[in-house]
This record gives sequence, C-alpha cells and structure tokens, in this order.
Amino acid sequence: MPDDLKTGIGASVKRKEDFRFLTGKGRYTDDINRPNQVYAYMLRSNVARGSLKLDISKAKSATGVEEIIIGKDMEVGSIPCGWQVDSKDGTPMREPAHPPIAIDDVKYVGEIIAVVIADTLDNAKSASELIDVDINPVKPVLDLKDALSDKNGFVHKSLDSNICYDWELGDSKAVDEGLSKADHITEINIRNNRLIPNAIETRCALGDYDAANDHYTLYTTSQNPHVIRLLMGAFVLSIPEHKLTVISPDVGGGFGSKIFHYAEEAIVTWVSNKIKKPVKWTSDRTEAFISDAHGRDHVTNVKLGLDKNGKFLALKVDTIANLGAYLSTFASSVPTYLYGTLMAGPYSTPAIHCNVRSVFTNTVPVDAVRGAGRPEATYVLERVVDTAARELGLNQDDIRKMNFIPPSAFPYQTPVALQYDSGQYEKTFDIALKMSKFSTFGERKEQSKKNGKLRGIGFSTYLEACGLAPSAVAGALGARAGLYETAELRVHPTGTVSVFTGSHSHGQGHETTFSQLVSDKLGIDINQVDVVHGDTSKIPFGMGTYGSRSQIVGGEAIYRATDKIIEKGKKIAAHILETDEGNIEFSDGNFKVKGTNQFKSFGEIALAAYVPHNFPHDKLEPGLDEKCFFDPPNFTYPAGCVICEVEIDPGTGELEITNLTAVDDLGKIVNPMIVEGQIQGGLAHGIGQALLENASYDDDGQLLSASFMDYAMPRADNFPHFDVSAEEICKTNTNSLGAKGCGELGTIGCPPAVINAVVDALSAVGVQDISMPATSEKIWRAINEAKNN
Amino acid sequence: MPDITLKVNGKSISQNISSNTLLSSFLRDTLNLTGTHVGCDTSQCGACSVHLDGKAVKSCSILAIQADGCEVTTIEGISDGDKLHPMQEAFRNNHGLQCGYCTPGMIMSGIKLVEENPNISESEIRKGLEGNICRCTGYNNIVKSIAEASVVMGGK
Repeated sequence: MPDDLKTGIGASVKRKEDFRFLTGKGRYTDDINRPNQVYAYMLRSNVARGSLKLDISKAKSATGVEEIIIGKDMEVGSIPCGWQVDSKDGTPMREPAHPPIAIDDVKYVGEIIAVVIADTLDNAKSASELIDVDINPVKPVLDLKDALSDKNGFVHKSLDSNICYDWELGDSKAVDEGLSKADHITEINIRNNRLIPNAIETRCALGDYDAANDHYTLYTTSQNPHVIRLLMGAFVLSIPEHKLTVISPDVGGGFGSKIFHYAEEAIVTWVSNKIKKPVKWTSDRTEAFISDAHGRDHVTNVKLGLDKNGKFLALKVDTIANLGAYLSTFASSVPTYLYGTLMAGPYSTPAIHCNVRSVFTNTVPVDAVRGAGRPEATYVLERVVDTAARELGLNQDDIRKMNFIPPSAFPYQTPVALQYDSGQYEKTFDIALKMSKFSTFGERKEQSKKNGKLRGIGFSTYLEACGLAPSAVAGALGARAGLYETAELRVHPTGTVSVFTGSHSHGQGHETTFSQLVSDKLGIDINQVDVVHGDTSKIPFGMGTYGSRSQIVGGEAIYRATDKIIEKGKKIAAHILETDEGNIEFSDGNFKVKGTNQFKSFGEIALAAYVPHNFPHDKLEPGLDEKCFFDPPNFTYPAGCVICEVEIDPGTGELEITNLTAVDDLGKIVNPMIVEGQIQGGLAHGIGQALLENASYDDDGQLLSASFMDYAMPRADNFPHFDVSAEEICKTNTNSLGAKGCGELGTIGCPPAVINAVVDALSAVGVQDISMPATSEKIWRAINEAKNN
Repeated sequence: MPDITLKVNGKSISQNISSNTLLSSFLRDTLNLTGTHVGCDTSQCGACSVHLDGKAVKSCSILAIQADGCEVTTIEGISDGDKLHPMQEAFRNNHGLQCGYCTPGMIMSGIKLVEENPNISESEIRKGLEGNICRCTGYNNIVKSIAEASVVMGGK
C-alpha cells in the first residue's frame, strides 16, 4: 500500500479536520450567535490595588443598555481552586474568596469591576464610559521577596499573610548531609520569566438561558468543558449538571490558558437568566493580556553538591512562586506537584529537597502555561548542571551522561515521589549529538571567531511527567477531581462508528489520531469513524486536554472501549456462526472461526446487533455501544534532549539560532506527522520564553507588555528549520499502546538549551550568566559589563 | 449610514452599514463569512488577512467603507468547490496548521507572497510572514507549505 494511503497506528495520516479549517468553515465560539443576543462589556480595573466605589446611575440610562452588574449584585459562590496544597506544617493553603466581579477593592489591573450589557458592543462600551469609577490607589505588592513579608501589606484583607502555602518535598536532612560531604557546591539564583500564553483565538463566552426548559447553555473557549460545567455549576452558580450544557466547539489554541474557569463564563451564564437573553462576551487582545492566566514567574535559589568527579550528591531548591491576585483553577499545583516532583529529571541524584513558597501579588492570576511547572523544574536543573560543569571544568555532555539514571535501574524511585517506569536517556542524547554534528562544533566555532562572532552550544536533557493522572495519587496530593478520561463508542447498524471523547482538541488533531486508533483496531476505513468532542450534552463525562494526557489517557479509554466492542462482537459472531465464543478470533475487521474459512465481517455483526433476529438474547442485550472510563496507573515519562547552537554578534548583541535539534523518546507514536508538529510548536514556544517573551509590570502594577506590539511573540523569521526526531525507544506499560505524550516537550526542554548555548558563547568574553529572555539588548549589555569589569 | 457596493468572493453586494464598521466585522458579522478571524487589536497577528483588489490586507485595520467599489476575496473564496487552492492543499500536505485559527490569514498572505515572488526562498517566506503570528506550529510546516505551493503555483 502506498504510504499516503496507510491509515493505521504509526501512519502520518493527513488530518481529517483540516478541510474545514482550510476553507474558513471552522466553527469557533465567536462564530456562534443566538437569536436576540446581547453583548457584555467587562469594565476592568486600571489600578492594581485600592478600595473601589462605583456610580452606575448615568450609565444605566445610556442608549441600548439592558443591564449593568456590579460585584455586590452577583450573589454567587466564589470561583474555586481545584487543588488543595498543604504547607509543610500541615496547615491547608490560604484560599481567599474570588468573586467574579470585584466587590469592595481591586487586586490587579484587569480585574472586572462592572459588566455592561447592551444591544451592541459599541453601546456597551460607550455606556461603560459613563460609569463613575473611584479607586483609591494603594502601593501594590509586586516583588516576590517583598510579598513574603508585610512590607507592603497583604493583597487580601481577609488574610494575615501573602503566602498561600510554604510547601516542601524531599528529605531535607539527607540533602544537608549530601551537601556537607560534597567536594564542590554550585549555587545559582534563577528567575523564570513570566509568560503570557496568547492563543491566537482570544477567549469568548456566550451564555444562553432557555426559560422554557429551565436549561442553561454556555458556549466557551475551553480545553475541558466538563470541568467548567462542574466548577461553575456546582461551586459558583449552583446550577445542577442536568440543567447546564457546556459546549466548546473548535478552539483556537489553548496552551493551558483555556483550562481554567474564568469569571466571564459565570457572568454571561448568570446574566442570561437574569435578563432572559443570550449574552455574549468576546475578549479583545488587550483584555486577553490582562485577564488570561499568566504562567511561570518564579525566583529560585538552587544548590547542587557534587563529588570531585562530577557525580551529583544532593540538590537543594528554594523557590518563591507568583500566584497573582487570586488562586486560578490549577494554580496551586503548578509550582508544587508539577514542579518539585520533577527535580530528579533524568539524573540519579540521591538526595533532593525542594521548598516552595507561593505568594499572592497584585498581578493577573498565574496558572499553567504549556508545560506547567515542568519547564520551571527543567530550567533549574539544566542551568545548575551546566554551571557546575563549567565550574568543575567538565564537558557538558560528560557531566550529564555520568549522572543519567542507567537503563538497568528501572523502575526507578526518585527522591521526589515519582517512580519512573522506563527510560534510556543516553540513547536520545547520543542521537541528538550526532544529528547536531556536535563533533564538528569546534570547527564551526573557529569559523565564527574568524568572522568576529561568538558561537555557543547548549544542551538540555530532560524528562516530563505526562498523562495527568492516577486519580488516587492526585487525590492524595490534594486534587479536588479525578483525572481519568472517558470514551463512548457508538457502533451504528451499518458498522460505522462515532467516538465520543472527553478529551478536547484545540489543535492537537484528535479527530485524526483517535480515528486511527479505532480504524486500526476494528479494521474499518478511517472515514467510517467520526470523533465528537467538546459538548457535555453528548459526551458522558470528560476531564479534558492538558498535561500531554489526551493520547495516553483519552486515547487509552477509546482503545479499551474498542476491546469491549470486540468482546461483545465475538459473542454475537459465535452465536451466528454456531460455535463457541472461544473459537472466534478477530482480525482485519472480521470475526473468524479459528481454523476455518467461516467469518462474519465487523459490519455484519454490527447489523446483527441492531437487527437482532438471529441473536443470543439469552446472553446479551442488542446494540453495540461501549463506554470506558480509564484511570491511568502511573504517569508516563517521555524524555529527550534539545541541542541549541547560537551565533552572536558581540558588537550588537544580535543572536541567531543556527541549529536546533530535538530528539525525544515518546514510546509508541500514533501519527508521526502530528507528533513532530507538536514538538516543533513547543520548541518555538520554548525559544520564545528563552529569547523574546516577558510579561513586565511597572512599579504601579501596570502591565507594560499588554499588546502584540509590546510583548514579543515569536515570528517565522526568529527561527531556523528545526531538526526534530521523534523516537520510539522505550514504550511505557501504563497504556496498551505504550505511548508517552508529546504536547509540552518543546516548552519543557528548550529554554535551558538556548540559555546554555548563549552562556557558552558569551563565556568567551567573560559573561557567566544571563537571564531569560536573553534579548539582544541584554546580551549587548552583558558583554559590555563584562568588558568593563 | 452610508451604502457600500463591493464584490466579495465574486459576488456583488450592496449594503447599508454604519461608517465605523471595520471590514473584518462587515465580513464576519454582516456577511457571516466567519473564516476571517480576528486575533488582536493592533494589526499584528494577521489572522484577518484578506485580499483587497489583489493585495493582502489586514481587514481589522480598514473600514468597510474604504472597500466600497473594491473586490474582496476571503478564505471562503479561494477554493473551487471542493477542490482546494494549491496553497490550501499544501498546508494540508505539510501539516501547516494545528488549531486552524491563524490559518486563513496565513493562507491569504501566503498566496500573495508567492504571486508576488514566484521563486520565493525559505528566508523570504520567513520574512514575508512577519505580519502573521502562529502560536501552534513553530512555523516550520507553514514555511514548508508555502514553499511547496510556490512550486505548484508555477514558480521554480
């Protein structure tokens, strides 16, 4: 069969969803309009902190205004946080109330202070200008170290501290012992820069209350509509699930920012009942900058103790993490269970301790952005390892190889809770070294030098925990939800299949990869399979898409549902073919009697299940639908290596990435084309963090980088062609296929490789460190400061 | 409120509009051509790119009234029924899209890049896409797609 006609597992099948996206027929939330729809404009605070007074009397009578809502009007529950993290002394995290609309005071620039609903968006905006806003500004809490004390007071008046929790993981005593025995301790301070996710589709929410049936529908740009239904329905608006449908149609990218339940969703849903009209809100880009949850924003002190040969003895990490003004949905888990647990990385460090104090500040809430905690952990590790090698005069490749967990050590229990099931880290590293032509780097460096340029190479060898998550483990660690996934497969009478998945695709290509699974398993044409997602009224339940979990958890649920279909089909076939069930085998889409040429096709069995004239009614019910809730037994641990080579013009600080190589061990790969696309996108996002992107606040708490003119989004000409290799080295045994996940690898592995390359290049002129983003200006300044010293 | 008359995807349209209507809103809200997307408010992202009298323009940055008497082509107007334009086909072949949101703008810009420079190089494609932002793909496959389309469309 020609390659382009292959559609099974492992084939680079062209995407089924592309036709509608290529022809402008995608259906995104803002493309949906309802009869009699009105528009909401969110009036937001332009002050970071202060007491709030509003006079809406003039605005109420403005043209087209239907309703104006202020904080105290909306008597609903607090927007909840989905993960309880306890401090090391056992006390639960401080969890202040989070009203959808600010009530007495404002806590960040961008917080909603009033909602104007009018017949047109223009009228709503015009009316909002008639609202008399009186905010008495107070100096905001912005600096993370200041937030630890009462220096500038507390972000929440209801709390006696800005510290949400003071958490630890690992054995502090063992680490102190390890450090005391070390021949060398490398200590560095790191800032992980604050990012703004910037999916190109901004958020949008359309609430539609149907009075005839007392039923609410919320159309929203979400990565997990069932989670929104649960959080908003049960905790904020007290709407029971059977009275609330949440639909997330085509979603234009998420990157984490569309996981969370946002105030605007609750507001439009609630107001649609109050005024009995559909209410739509669409974020503009500036609003997105000041209302979508931000990411990263850590300051960290790290100490790595090594023996004289470079073997790691102990790692001590002390981090302050910014949560912003309120606890967003998964905010508490990102700098703890998605961060501290990754501090072993691919290394056999025997003792590790990680302490994290997460603090409230007068900034936009901070939560997961692509990678979520794991990029921050990888950055800490790969920067300190690189620095240690430099200090000890070791090669950057040798120090890593010397400390990798050897293949013989699996399953490997890390000192920070996780147990890795498999891994061959040296193998991916060696492939990457070869692909990147590392052996001839010296020649290229020499050539650059002749041209007056500085050339550097940087490595990052990393590991990710994917496939959130075993529910029992997550629950024991404070998660307030299960993290399984669901699938329902409806086999239709003619043998075609509709797959209803709790995963959500917002670019990942599930309609293709999930169809590949079913087509491959049931032996039917890929075009006889359709995938349905993003609608709580159609899909049994779902935890959605994040944490590189869709294939591993959602795909496995689909795979197991097909097993159930085959099992039932065998019973029907045995009845029709008048043999024992044990004599039936299923292959190539046929139920065959072993050792004979008798068989029934999958379509014939489907028809028999729905037209059950000749059917084992004494043993089975008619029909051929099956469902599966799959709860994974462990995380999966894909791992890999990024090698980055840069050339810097010392006169201008201008930097060019000349080569970027990424090699990942992903276990079984369902669609290599899609997987490579995911890795490439992640790499670009990672380079964005390393070289370009930075959310910057001024001393008054104004976000200075609140547009695409001020926040440097990566463009096509920022990058070279990426050399990516997705490998199938070790399969995991936590799912049938052995797949490990790929969505976040680039953002996790890439930033330290880039910065290590920059530092390598600049070390020739005496620069020892540079912070992200390493802009040309920053590089130029570092070179000149080093010269002057 | 003024009347405007223009051709959109080959069809003549006369419409009474308010004078502050952006071309992007006119296409999306009045004509229901929702393939043109709006991803920013500073004309940086390029998701709203359309062709206006043969040039790629950002429809969020001009008023509908400025298109009076013009010919506008949107993403909905470039394929021949079910037969995709070579640029659309190349994006499909090379996995040049993920979430699909920036895609209409990328394709409309890509077509004009190739029409204006049939033998376009990789670095010219990368520079030419300066006004179009994609968060999903890392641009690798977008660049490949446009390069492949340039061959099919008659260059090289």
